[in-house]
Amino acid sequence: MAAPLSVQVEFGGGAELLFDGVKKHQVTLPGQKEPWDIRNLLVWIKKNLLKERPELFIRGDSVRPGILVLINDADWELLGELDYQLQDQDSILFISTLHGG
Amino acid sequence: MLWQVLEGLSQDSAKRLRFVPGVVFADEGAACGQSPEDRAKTLAEVKLVLQTVGFPWHIVALEEVFSLPPSVLRCSAREPVGTEGAYKAAVDSFLQQHHALGEEKQSRPCPQHPQGRAGLPTASQTEALSRLFNSVKTLTAKEELLQTLRTHLILHVARTHGYSKVMTGDSCTRLAVKLMTSLALGRGAFLAWDTGFSDERHGDVVVVRPMREHTLKEVAFYNRLFAVPSVFTPAVDTKAPEKASIHRLMEAFILRLQAQFPSTVSTVYRTSEKLVKAPRDGCAAGSPGPRCLLCMCVLDVDTADSATAFGAQTSSQLPQTQPPVAEAEAPTVSRCRSGMGRAQHCCRMEEDDPRARVIEQLCYGCRVNMKDLPSLDPLPPYILAEAQLRSQRAEAEQEIQECLPEAHEDGARPGATSAEQEGADGRVACDHPFV
Repeated sequence: MAAPLSVQVEFGGGAELLFDGVKKHQVTLPGQKEPWDIRNLLVWIKKNLLKERPELFIRGDSVRPGILVLINDADWELLGELDYQLQDQDSILFISTLHGG
Repeated sequence: MLWQVLEGLSQDSAKRLRFVPGVVFADEGAACGQSPEDRAKTLAEVKLVLQTVGFPWHIVALEEVFSLPPSVLRCSAREPVGTEGAYKAAVDSFLQQHHALGEEKQSRPCPQHPQGRAGLPTASQTEALSRLFNSVKTLTAKEELLQTLRTHLILHVARTHGYSKVMTGDSCTRLAVKLMTSLALGRGAFLAWDTGFSDERHGDVVVVRPMREHTLKEVAFYNRLFAVPSVFTPAVDTKAPEKASIHRLMEAFILRLQAQFPSTVSTVYRTSEKLVKAPRDGCAAGSPGPRCLLCMCVLDVDTADSATAFGAQTSSQLPQTQPPVAEAEAPTVSRCRSGMGRAQHCCRMEEDDPRARVIEQLCYGCRVNMKDLPSLDPLPPYILAEAQLRSQRAEAEQEIQECLPEAHEDGARPGATSAEQEGADGRVACDHPFV
């Protein structure tokens, strides 16, 4: 029973190319039974925001190796990676460090 | 890459680096198929960033490779290192300059360094560049060609404006990928130069990589936390699938391995640090031997080495119609006479096959790349001109060497003078292309 969340999703380093060139997205995640975590967020992004070439952003359950994820300007590895539970007004930043997109 | 270099330069105020830097931006939009509007937009963004930095900046377009002189491909002698006194004088003059600049800055809010670019590239140059890149069959060769041309262009800018060092923003991660990619492309002999801290193969201009100890993750975090402005431009391989080129494949491989074994990148990096730039076996210390036409490393292929499988592979690329080796072995006195005719004959023949002439001046890695370029015509003229010059010079040298010992062997005066005469004539015949 998670309430709707409002988070800011940002893309940098070229990842924005897959999202129509838009870097910042203020999204409202609908309420759902399980709490929102990064895993669910990625699925949601793939379904709603990703405009093309999903394999360049997502690989299996997680992001493609080479894409950094910052949650509130902190490395997601410190916060539990995919299992981090999102909170209202969080800021998630995806930076691509890959050479080609 | 630009934002990485900027980040390094932006530490100046804290660290007081003792050199006068300039920034060069190479616009490669034409090679990537960008539209002119996109390129103009990117350039405007880049100019904005460069102006806030405050250093002299140069924007060059990749199309300018078509107007480069062949001297770019020649290794110039390095300027002698200054003595202690000279160093102190240089530091003094730098501080004075800095002082003067500081005062200027206070009086004028933005010191305009009107370097900019000489002029927008012409449409024909853009088209020539697109034609060149479209004629390359594989993405791997395209990326390698792009890197080579970009290096030549930056080298030319550095030499023209009197810079002695070029700093690139290659990070630890990128260099690890580059090391593995070079191995896969057959450039194993030059790993120390391609991935080391300093690269002195060009002689007077040294390429240094000050960022090579920082991983991309560190750089990305730094840029984010310190709000370093960045401009993103699509590259040749943007949005390419994973197996499109060797570079992409290696990058995916290393990054995926890094995700599971976090010490991968640093291990590869440490290995690259241990590489030593040793001279080639059998070469005298003074004369390093011929250099590759494109990458300017000392050649790692032996044209005379046909006994090994490697030698057979490299020499089989030359066409069968070239008989200069066979002719050189004929030990007759009249050989020089025919030698002179041979020189002209060979010049004519090699005009029929300029591809072989260029290929034999390349290192193994560059030869493999050239396989994916069906025709050498779209290449910028400076490459072909330098190739022609080098092959004619090599022929002339061979000519002279073969003529002079012949005179000693015969011992007969008339034979000697005629041989020398023929040798001199042969030299003259081949000398005319020299400037």
